[in-house]
Amino acid sequence: MAEFKKAESTLEWFDQRLGVTNLYKVMMSEYWIPKKINFLWAMGVILVMLFKILLISGIFLLMYYKPDVNLAFDSVNYTIMQEVGYGWLMRHIHAVGASVVFLIIYIHMFTGIYYGSYKKGREMIWISGMLLFVLFSAEGFSGYMLPWGQMSYWAAYVITEIFGGIPFIGDELVVWIRGNFYVSDATLTRFFMLHVLLIPLAILGAIAFHFYALRFPHVNNEDGEFFDFDEEAEKYLAGNKKESKVVPFWPVFLSKDFMVLGFFMIFFFYLVFYHYSFAMDAINFDKADGLKTPAHIYPEWYFLWSYEVLRGFFFDIAGISGKDLGLIAFAIANGIFLVFPWLDRSPLVKPANQRPYFKYWFWLLIADLIVLTIYGKLPPTGVNAWVGFFSSMTFLILFALLPVITKMEAKKVGGE
Amino acid sequence: MTNESRRGFIGKAFGAVAGVGAVASLVAMKKTWDPLPSVMSAGFTTVDVSSLAENKLEIVVWRGKPIFLLKYSAAMKPTEGRNVKVGDHYFSVMIGLCTHLGCIPAYNGEKFKCACHGGEFTSDGVNIFGPPPRPLDIPPFKIDGTTLVLGEEGEEYKKMTAKA
Repeated sequence: MAEFKKAESTLEWFDQRLGVTNLYKVMMSEYWIPKKINFLWAMGVILVMLFKILLISGIFLLMYYKPDVNLAFDSVNYTIMQEVGYGWLMRHIHAVGASVVFLIIYIHMFTGIYYGSYKKGREMIWISGMLLFVLFSAEGFSGYMLPWGQMSYWAAYVITEIFGGIPFIGDELVVWIRGNFYVSDATLTRFFMLHVLLIPLAILGAIAFHFYALRFPHVNNEDGEFFDFDEEAEKYLAGNKKESKVVPFWPVFLSKDFMVLGFFMIFFFYLVFYHYSFAMDAINFDKADGLKTPAHIYPEWYFLWSYEVLRGFFFDIAGISGKDLGLIAFAIANGIFLVFPWLDRSPLVKPANQRPYFKYWFWLLIADLIVLTIYGKLPPTGVNAWVGFFSSMTFLILFALLPVITKMEAKKVGGE
Repeated sequence: MTNESRRGFIGKAFGAVAGVGAVASLVAMKKTWDPLPSVMSAGFTTVDVSSLAENKLEIVVWRGKPIFLLKYSAAMKPTEGRNVKVGDHYFSVMIGLCTHLGCIPAYNGEKFKCACHGGEFTSDGVNIFGPPPRPLDIPPFKIDGTTLVLGEEGEEYKKMTAKA
C-alpha cells in the first residue's frame, strides 16, 4: 500500500484517496476551450441539461406508467394526467423535452457542418455524435409507443414494417421484432424495456465517448483556425489571458454557457406551460386500435424529413418498385450523415460562408430539409406527392454532388 | 519459452471458452426475443359468408390482421385469380393491409383507398395508383359449404394462387 500522511484538511483527505485536485484540473479548470466562439457553441451543454431533464421527468413517470396494452393508455391519460400531483407537468416536460432535444441536436449538428467541425482530426467527434443521434431517434421512437394511443400504435406499425423490406429475412424479422404477427403486448413490453433501460444506458456511454473524443482534437472555433493548445494554455496560466487564444472550461466558458442556457430554459418552460400541444398529438389521445388506421399518419416533426424521403418514391423506376426505392432512399438518408467527413473532399476548415462552393451546397441542403419537413406532414396526394418526389431526389443528388463540388473547391483553393 | 507457450495455451483456452459462451448467450438472447409459442400457434378464424350484404365490406380479424370480405353483387364483374365463388356469389377475400406499409385501406363502394400514402386498389384488390407494389395479399383459406376457414390452404386457394 502507498504511504499515507495524516491529512491536514478534508480536501487533502479526498485528494490522497481520489486525486480530486487533479481530476478538477483535467475536467474543468485546465480543459481548454477556444476563445473565438459564439452562442452556437453552447448547444452541447444545453443538450446535457435536456438529457438530465428527460431522465428525471422520466423517472417520475416510470413510477405510475404500466407497460400493458390494457393499462398503458389509462395509466398515462388518467393516472398521470389527472390523479398524480403535477403528473401533467412531468408528462409535458418529458414530451416537450423529447421534441426540443431534437431541435437542439439539429442546431448542434448543422453548426458542426457549417463550421467544418467534422474533419481533419475531428472525425470521431462527428461519428460519436451521429451515434448519439441514432440512439436518441431510437429512444424517441420507443418512447412514443408507450402512451398506447392511435399514433403510438400506427407509428410502431409503420416503422417495424420497414424492416420487412430487408431481402430474404424481412417478414420473419418483423414478427421477431414485434414478438407477434402484429404490434401487440409483447411489442409494448420490449420497447418499454428498450426505452427505460437499454437505450438510456447506451446513450450515457455514447455521451462519455463523445466528450472523450473532444479531448485530443479539441473544440473547433469560428475561423476553423488550428493552433497549439498547450502553448496557448501556457500563456493563459502565465497570466497573458488577453493574448491567449483559449479559456478554461470552468469557470470562464461555462459561465457564458450558463447565460445561454438560462435563456434556453426560459424558452423551454414557456413551451412546457403555454405551448405543449405541439408535442402532444391529438390523435394519440384515442386509444390504440389495430383495426382502425387514422386517416393520416405522420411522425413527430423531427422525423418528417426522412419520412418524406421514404414515401417520396410513389412509382416504379426501371423495374424497381416504389416501395423498395423509398426504403433504399430512406436507408441512404439515415446513413449518409455518418460518412459526412469523407464526402467532403476539401481540406478547408472554414465557416461555410468562406468556402466558394460549399456555401451554396449548405444552404440548399437546409432549404431542401425544410421543404421535406413541411411536405412530410401534408397528405401525399396530387401535387404534394410530386413535391415529395423532387425534394427527395434533390436530397440524394445534393449528397451525390458533395464529393464533386468539394473536390472542385479544393482545386480552386489550391490554385490561389 | 515454456512460459510463453503456457500463456499462449491459457489464452487460447480462455478464448475458446469465451467464444462458446458468447455464442450460447446470443442464442439464448435471440430465443428470449422470439414470439411465444402461444402466439405462433394462433388459431383459425371461421366465418359464415352466406349472410353478408352485397358490396358491403365485412372485416374479420385473423392473426391480428384485418381480413376484407366483399360479397359481389350481380352487377360486379369477378376477376379470375382474385375472386372466389362461395354458393351463388363471388367474393373478394384479402388481407386488408396496404402492401406499401401496412395501413388499412377504406372501401368507398367502388375501390379501396389508403389514407396513409394515397395508394388505391380495385374492389378485387388490384393496385391501381400510388406506392403499393402489388395487389392486396390473399390469406390462406378453405371453403366448407358457405363457411370460410382462414389459416388453412384449401383447394380454391391453391387454384387462385396458381393463377395469380
